[in-house]
Amino acid sequence: MEYFFIIISAIFVNNILLSQFLGVCPFLGVSSKIDTAVGMSGAVCFVITLATVVTFLLNKLLLLFQITYLQTIVFILVIAALVQMVEIVLKKISPALYSALGIFLPLITTNCAVLGVALNVVTKEFSFFGGQPHLFNLAEATVYAFATAVGYGLAMILFAGLREHLSLNKVPDAFKGVPIALVTAGLLALAFMGFSGMVY
Amino acid sequence: MSKLAIITKGIVKENPTFVLLLGMCPTLATTTSAINGMSMGLATMAVLIFSNITISAIARFIPDKVRIPSYIVVIATFVTLLQLLMQAYVPDVYETLGLFIPLIVVNCIILGRAEAFANKNGVVDSALDGIGIGLGFTLALTVLGLVREVLGSGSLFGWQFIPADYNILAFVLAPGAFIVLAYLIVLFKKMTEKK
Repeated sequence: MEYFFIIISAIFVNNILLSQFLGVCPFLGVSSKIDTAVGMSGAVCFVITLATVVTFLLNKLLLLFQITYLQTIVFILVIAALVQMVEIVLKKISPALYSALGIFLPLITTNCAVLGVALNVVTKEFSFFGGQPHLFNLAEATVYAFATAVGYGLAMILFAGLREHLSLNKVPDAFKGVPIALVTAGLLALAFMGFSGMVY
Repeated sequence: MSKLAIITKGIVKENPTFVLLLGMCPTLATTTSAINGMSMGLATMAVLIFSNITISAIARFIPDKVRIPSYIVVIATFVTLLQLLMQAYVPDVYETLGLFIPLIVVNCIILGRAEAFANKNGVVDSALDGIGIGLGFTLALTVLGLVREVLGSGSLFGWQFIPADYNILAFVLAPGAFIVLAYLIVLFKKMTEKK
């Protein structure tokens, strides 16, 4: 049951993009077409889940040696290396998937959603429905990371759909491009606020 | 380019928030009040200045292929230093900004300036560029925080002047961040066009 709450909370209630503001740069950058939004979401989903599992285990090592102040440096390097590795492995194993995700992979290193989730699961205490606040164990962290990434994809694809329609409409000159996209994102965030109070 | 021009271009012509649209995550997330926005801006500025100085000094010795990871290590080092200093001297601010302090590492402004300016220019110019862009970022965040604070919680730098019953809560929450930023970008565009 707890996993169910984690999933609902991560996808809708605390949507990483629209309520935590992580990963907004690629959100605005590649969301003008649904195809690219889908590709980006796929790549992010893959990397966030993998990176969280790896950094979660590494954090145990940091705790063991009592050098948690190195978290930021270690995590970002691990993520950068991981993204490179995923790129190389994908190229070899599944060229089709590689060509679909390929161009988005290098961008993910500087996507703050990845580092944000990795840091969140090892530092923040979560509690669901009156349960004791506690740090996640590995299974919970993995589920949380995956659900968060799904939430990221959901927001991104919804937003891309809105933007595709938006490009057909008349927009005041000054608002063309990013400003109107931001207003749209604001309205989408307002809609997602309706989920708050469901869980948490 | 004169020294003064390097600083002013960061504030107006190449304002990181309103013109270059970089570093959106902390911009949107931490500007719930003017003081929060300002602290975030200053923290980023500190990292930016020191990473610019270091990178411009060592850029000649770094092979081209590994430059991005090297820059990230430099930036991450300064972010960790900043984290430790903030935890020691301003724990309250550190607590409010939370996750977004370590996330300065992946702020595209800093890596962007390293790549676009610091690795091609001297130490002094790079430091000035860091100050200019940092000031631009800080000002943008402060203004954004100010507007959101006035509309959302009816106060100005913590001084309440509109009773709590008349506040529009949405402006402190997520939707307000997006919408206020959109309007500020348009205003900034209009203002700089006239000049």
